[in-house]
Amino acid sequence: METAQKQVETKQAWVREDLVIVPMRAESATDAIAQLGARLQAGGFVKGSWIQAAIEREKTFATGLPTPEIGVAIPHADVEHVLQQAIAVGVLEEPVEFGEMGSPDSTVPVRIVCALAVARSELLVKLLQQLVEMFQSPEILKQIAEARSPASIVRIFDHHIQIEQRDM
Amino acid sequence: MNGEKRVLIACGTSIATATVVAEKVKEIAKEAGISVRVAQCKAAEVRGRIETFNPHVIVATTPVPKDLGIPVFNGVPFLSGVGMDELKAQILEALGKA
Repeated sequence: METAQKQVETKQAWVREDLVIVPMRAESATDAIAQLGARLQAGGFVKGSWIQAAIEREKTFATGLPTPEIGVAIPHADVEHVLQQAIAVGVLEEPVEFGEMGSPDSTVPVRIVCALAVARSELLVKLLQQLVEMFQSPEILKQIAEARSPASIVRIFDHHIQIEQRDM
Repeated sequence: MNGEKRVLIACGTSIATATVVAEKVKEIAKEAGISVRVAQCKAAEVRGRIETFNPHVIVATTPVPKDLGIPVFNGVPFLSGVGMDELKAQILEALGKA
């Protein structure tokens, strides 16, 4: 745990190339969460319990956001399933339906899935504030949806998520 | 405007989305010159918080009961950006009447 903590303090990027799936094909929201969760797990960012916890949480508290033109979802699990903070990003060729946050009877066609691994809730708040600003821009959503390589996705997120290293 | 208005923000786990929405509500109230006090809770705690906090308006990012007798607004437009201007206007109108 000591070394894991140290790595967190020196790491600045939220998204790494091995956490990006582009283009992504998924049959369902559950499938998309499982695929991104597997990347987070392989990278040592979450515990083995994260995938199931995120899938269950999604059923109770849906995370699909009806953002301008291109739908986004931000599936996540509670902090106890997380080891280090990171975001796994999947850009779907064909959208999958996620439940709409706040509206249990509605779904949103989602093309951008950001699986959030955050180990402290106050950090999740900061991250969410910045993600929300990003997602409210149709131009940024289009850039993400049209990106063809993990490197370009990493660049977009690095550019827009600016959380001071000391805050992490 | 007569006195401080109380806004209860409800979300699934009471922290992340509610905090983002709470900041937005404080911001629009300040711009409109309305003094507000904001409290956050989990959706399951809404009924209890109505008794202790006595809010004028509820803004929720997760489903809450409809029969609360207090105006309830879906706060998700603050997160998605779509429909945000209408939501701001509706919340300010409800606070103005409260």
